[in-house]
Amino acid sequence: MNLTLKIWRQKNANDKGSMVDYQISDVSPDMSFLEMLDVLNEDLITKDEEPVAFDHDCREGICGMCSLHINGEPHGPDKGITTCQLHMRSFKNGDTIYIEPFRAKAFPIIKDLIVDRSAFERIQQSGGYVSVNTSGNTQDANAIPVPKEDADMAFDAATCIGCGACVAACKNSSAMLFTSAKVSQFALLPQGKVEAKKRVQDMVAQMDAEGFGNCSNTGACEAECPKGISLENIARLNRELIKAKTAVKH
Amino acid sequence: MTKLDSKIPSGALKDKWTNYKNNINLVNPANKRLIDVIVVGTGLAGGSAAATLAELGYNVKAFAFQDSPRRAHSIAAQGGINAAKNYQGDGDSIYRLFYDTVKGGDYRAREANVYRLAEVSANIIDQCVAQGVPFARDYGGLLDNRSFGGVLVSRTFYAKGQTGQQLLLGAYSAMNRQISRGKIKMYNRHEMMDVVIVDGKARGIITRDLVTGKIERHGAHAVVVGSGGYGNIFFLSTNAMGSNASAAWKIHKKGAYFANPCFTQIHPTCIPVAGELQAKLTLMSESLRNDGRIWVPKNMDDVKAIRAGQLKPTQIPEENRDYYLERRYPAFGNLVPRDVASRAAKERCDAGYGVNATGQAVYLDFASAIERYGKETAHVQGLDENDKALVTKLGKQVIENKYGNLFQMYEKIVDENPYETPMMIYPAVHYTMGGIWVDYNLMTTVPGLYAIGEANFSDHGANRLGASALMQGLADGYFVLPYTIGDYLADDIRTGPISTDHPAFAEAEKEVVDRLEHFINNKGTKSVDTFHRKLGLIMWNKCGMARNKEGLTSAIEEIKVLREEFWKEVRVPGGMNEFNDELAKAGRVADYLELAELFAKDALHREESCGGHFREESQSEEGEAKRDDENFKYAAVWEYTGNPGEAILHKEDLVYENIELKTRSYK
Amino acid sequence: MSKSGLFKSSIGRKLAMALSALFLMIFLLQHLFINLTAVFSEDAFNELSHFMGTNPLVQFVAQPILIFAVVFHFVMGMYLEMKNRAARPIAYKKVNGAANSTWMSRNMAISGLVILAFLVLHFIDFWVPEINHKYIAMAPEDPTRYYGELLHKFSNPARVVAYIVAFGLLALHLLHGFGSAFQSMGQNNKYIDGLKKFGVFYSIVVPLGFILIAIALYVTGLK
Repeated sequence: MNLTLKIWRQKNANDKGSMVDYQISDVSPDMSFLEMLDVLNEDLITKDEEPVAFDHDCREGICGMCSLHINGEPHGPDKGITTCQLHMRSFKNGDTIYIEPFRAKAFPIIKDLIVDRSAFERIQQSGGYVSVNTSGNTQDANAIPVPKEDADMAFDAATCIGCGACVAACKNSSAMLFTSAKVSQFALLPQGKVEAKKRVQDMVAQMDAEGFGNCSNTGACEAECPKGISLENIARLNRELIKAKTAVKH
Repeated sequence: MTKLDSKIPSGALKDKWTNYKNNINLVNPANKRLIDVIVVGTGLAGGSAAATLAELGYNVKAFAFQDSPRRAHSIAAQGGINAAKNYQGDGDSIYRLFYDTVKGGDYRAREANVYRLAEVSANIIDQCVAQGVPFARDYGGLLDNRSFGGVLVSRTFYAKGQTGQQLLLGAYSAMNRQISRGKIKMYNRHEMMDVVIVDGKARGIITRDLVTGKIERHGAHAVVVGSGGYGNIFFLSTNAMGSNASAAWKIHKKGAYFANPCFTQIHPTCIPVAGELQAKLTLMSESLRNDGRIWVPKNMDDVKAIRAGQLKPTQIPEENRDYYLERRYPAFGNLVPRDVASRAAKERCDAGYGVNATGQAVYLDFASAIERYGKETAHVQGLDENDKALVTKLGKQVIENKYGNLFQMYEKIVDENPYETPMMIYPAVHYTMGGIWVDYNLMTTVPGLYAIGEANFSDHGANRLGASALMQGLADGYFVLPYTIGDYLADDIRTGPISTDHPAFAEAEKEVVDRLEHFINNKGTKSVDTFHRKLGLIMWNKCGMARNKEGLTSAIEEIKVLREEFWKEVRVPGGMNEFNDELAKAGRVADYLELAELFAKDALHREESCGGHFREESQSEEGEAKRDDENFKYAAVWEYTGNPGEAILHKEDLVYENIELKTRSYK
Repeated sequence: MSKSGLFKSSIGRKLAMALSALFLMIFLLQHLFINLTAVFSEDAFNELSHFMGTNPLVQFVAQPILIFAVVFHFVMGMYLEMKNRAARPIAYKKVNGAANSTWMSRNMAISGLVILAFLVLHFIDFWVPEINHKYIAMAPEDPTRYYGELLHKFSNPARVVAYIVAFGLLALHLLHGFGSAFQSMGQNNKYIDGLKKFGVFYSIVVPLGFILIAIALYVTGLK
C-alpha cells in the first residue's frame, strides 16, 4: 500500500521543528510500524537525506523504549500494545499518518521523534525502591507469605514499562499512572510497606517538581497504556498520599 | 599460555567458594570510598553489580546506551529464573542444578564456576523477594515454581511471562537507591567506545554521549563489562535492535581473550521470518513446548497444497502428520533441549517440508492439548466429556490461562488465531554462550578488567538451559563480582584518583575520534544496515544451526570481502556532534564484521559437534551430534594480534573431577 | 523527605477539588428539594424559602460557606487547568481524544465555565434582589412573596432556555465529576462500581429535575 506520512522533524532541542510530508509506497501489511519507518530511513539515506530519529530497542513490546504519537494516539490506534507491536495492517492504502513525538514540558525533545524521559528516572530515584542491601544476608524468600491476591495485584502494577504513553495521552501531561504503578507495587507487598509513607511523599513531590500536569481522571492513560495499568493504582496513590500526609507524626 | 590462569581454588568442589571467600583480600570500608569502579552495561549483570558495588562503598560510574537502565535487554526474558531452593521437595539440590547445567552445556563449562553459580542461586531469590520483586505465588502465599526443558525438577521461579522484566526492575530499583545516595553516577545514552589500559591495567574508558556526540574520558581503578551477548551478529535475532558486541570486542582488541565465539544458542520457538525487510525476530517462550506438539506434513503433496493456500493444516488427518520430535526422541519428545529441537526443525525444512511460503516454518499445535485439558475440566466439573464444542471451549480457556499473553502476541504479529490453527515457528538466534574469557574471579586476561553476565563465557558451556541466563547475570552481579573484585582492588587503596590526562587516554580518544571521522567523511553509497543484513545472511547460512568445513572456509573469505567493502562503501549521514543513530550503528557493525571472522574461525577449528555447535562432519549415523572429548575438551580462547583472522588459540583444558562425561541422549 | 502540607501537592489540590465538589453536590440536592416543593405546594415553598432567607444560621454560616465553596472550586479548577495547559507547551497537530476518554472528562473547564456564567445570571436573578431586599433596601419581610417572584422569573422563555442549557452542561460536568471526585479521594474499590452507577443516576436525575421544574413553572405561569 501507499501512504502519506506527516512526521515531526526537529534537528535538536533548540530547533523549532515542523511537520514534514513523506510519501512511502509498497508497504506490506505484515510489516511492523517501525519496519515501515526503517524502510523510509533507508530511502532517505540513499537520497543523502537525514533519516528520521526515533527511539526503539527490543521491538517486542517490553523495553519501553519506543514511543511515537501516531494519528493522535500514543503507540497508535491499536490498544494494549507498544508502537513496535503495531502492524501496518491497521492502516489502509492511501491513508495519511501523523507521527509526532510524545509531547510534554517534562519530556523535552532531543531530536525528531525522540524525547528525554529522564524525569521518570528522577521520580524512580526519589523513592521507587525498597531500602535493602543486596549483600546477600537476607532472610529466606518464603519467610513472609504474601497473599496471592496481593502478589498478583503488585505484579500487575509492576508490569509498567515506563514508556510515557500515559503522559502523552493525558491532556494534562500528568505522570500519575506511572508514579502510581510503582507506589502501588510496593504498597501492596509487605517488603515495601515499611517505607510506604516516605516513598509516596517523596515520589509525588518529585513528580510535581518535574512539571507534569495534574490528574483530572479522564482515564486516557489507562486506555492507552500498552500494559493495561489500571486507574485503581491512581486511587491507591491518592489514598497512600492522603494517609501519609495526615498521619500523626511522632 | 602463561596468561591463561583460571585461578580455580583448590579443595573439594563444595568448599571452594566458601574457603575462597574466607581467604580473599578485602578492602576496608573507609578505603572503598577512595576507589572508583566503572560498570559498562546495566542489564541484570551490570545493574546488580553497580548497585552492590555502590552499597559496599565504591564510587560507581555506570553506563548504558539506552535512556534508562530499565531498558536493557534482560527485560525481555520471559520464562523464569532457576534456583536450587527445593521448595517443592522434589529432590532438587545445589549438586543437581550444577549437574544439569554442566550436562545441558554438553560438558564444555568450568566445574568450579558452575558449582558456585548453583550455590548462590538460592540467595538470588531471597534477595529479589526482599527488593519487592512480585514473583508468582500459590494460594498459601508461598512462592510458586514451574519446570523447564531438560531437567527433572521444578526449580524455576517466575513472574508470569515477564520474569526478566521484574528481575531487571529489581536491580534497577537497587541502582536507583544508590543513584539517589550519590554512590552511582549514571550515564544514560552513553556508549563505551574503548577501554584505556595504563601500565597493563584497565584504568578507564572512552565514551560517546549519544545525544550531543561528545567524546568523554572516564578514569577508574577497575572496569566491569556487562554488555551482553553478540547474537545480533546474525542481523536477525531475538536480541534488541541496540544490543551489540562493541564493548566486548573493544576490550578483546585491547588484550582480553575471547572464548568459544562459535557457541551460539538458536532458540527453536520463534515466529518465522515474514519478509525481507524484517528487522527483528520474536521469541515464543519455551514453556509452550509443554503443551504444543511440533509437526510437519508427511506427504510432499500436502506441503505444496499448504504453501499454495489450497489446504489448511487443520484439514490434514493425524496419520499424515509427522510429529518428528516425538518420532526421533520418544523419551523427551517435544521437550528436548533447545539445540536438539532447533536442528530437528532445520532438518525437516531442509528436506523440503517447511510449511510457510519461505519453506522455513514448522507447526506448533495446541489442538490435542486443548482437547485433553477440555476433557479434564469437563470431568472435574461433572459436564459431558463427549460434547465436542464444550470440551474445545473449556480447553481453550485452560490454554488461555496458561499462555494467554503469548497467544495474543502471536496473533498481533502473524494475524492468525493460534487457538484455531497451529502456530508456525522456526528457530532463531537467541543467546551466545561464548564471550570474553574470565578466570574464577570473573577477571579477563587484562588486570582490572572484568566481564560478567552474557558478555563472559563462563557458565553455560556449549548450550544454555532455559531460565539459567537470569540466574547467571544476577549471580555474577550481586554475589560473585563484588567479592572477587576486592581481591584486586585491595592493592589500589593508595593509588589515588585515576587521572585522565595520561597519554594512554589521549591515544585511545584519538583512535576513537579518527574512526568516527572516517565514517562521517566516507562518501560511500550504502547504508550501514545493508552491510549488516549481508553479514547476517552469511552467518545464518554458513555459521548457523549446522556448520561444515567448506561453508566456514568460504564464510571467512566472504566476511573479509564484506568488511573491506564496508570500510569503502558505507554511508553515514549527519555529523559527529549530534544525535546520530547511523553513526552509532556503523561502529557496531564494524565490530561485528571483525568478530564474525573470529566466530567462523573458531567454528572451523572445533571439529566436533557439541551443544549449539553442530559440525556436519561430526554426527552419528542417525544424525545426532557427536562430541569429541579426546581432542576438544577445552575452552578455545583467542588472543587478538591485530587481525581477527590471525588470532592465536590458547586452550583452557576443562577438568571434570565431579562429573562423569557422558553422551547426551534424549532418545 | 518532603513533609510539606497535603494541599501543596498536586494530589492534595485534587482532593480539595473533590471535597468542595461533594459539598456542592449535597447543596444541589437540598436546592432541588426546595424547588420541587414549588411545583406541588405554593405554601410549602414560601415557608421553606422564608426559613432559608431569614434563619441566621443559614444566612451567616451556611451561605458564606457555600459561596466560598463555589469560588474555591472555580478558582482552584481554573488554576489547575492553567497548570495543566502549561504542562504541554507545544500542542499535538493531531489528537484523537475520543479514542481514550469521554468528551465531558476532557472539557470540565468548558462545562464549568458555562455553569459559572449561569451562576452569575442566577445571582443577578435571585441572590442580588434578595440581598437588596433584605439588607440594603431593608424592605419589610413578606413570607408569601417567594412563589410569586419565582413564577415571574420563569415567565421569560429565554431564561428557561438558558436554564436548560446550563443544567444540561451541569449534567455533563457531574457525569465525569461525580466518579472523579471519589477517584481523587482514593476510593476505587469494590464499592466503586455501585457508586459510579449511583453517580450516573445522580448526574442525570438532579439536573433533569431542575429543568423539569423550570418548564413546569413556565407552564404554570402561562395559565
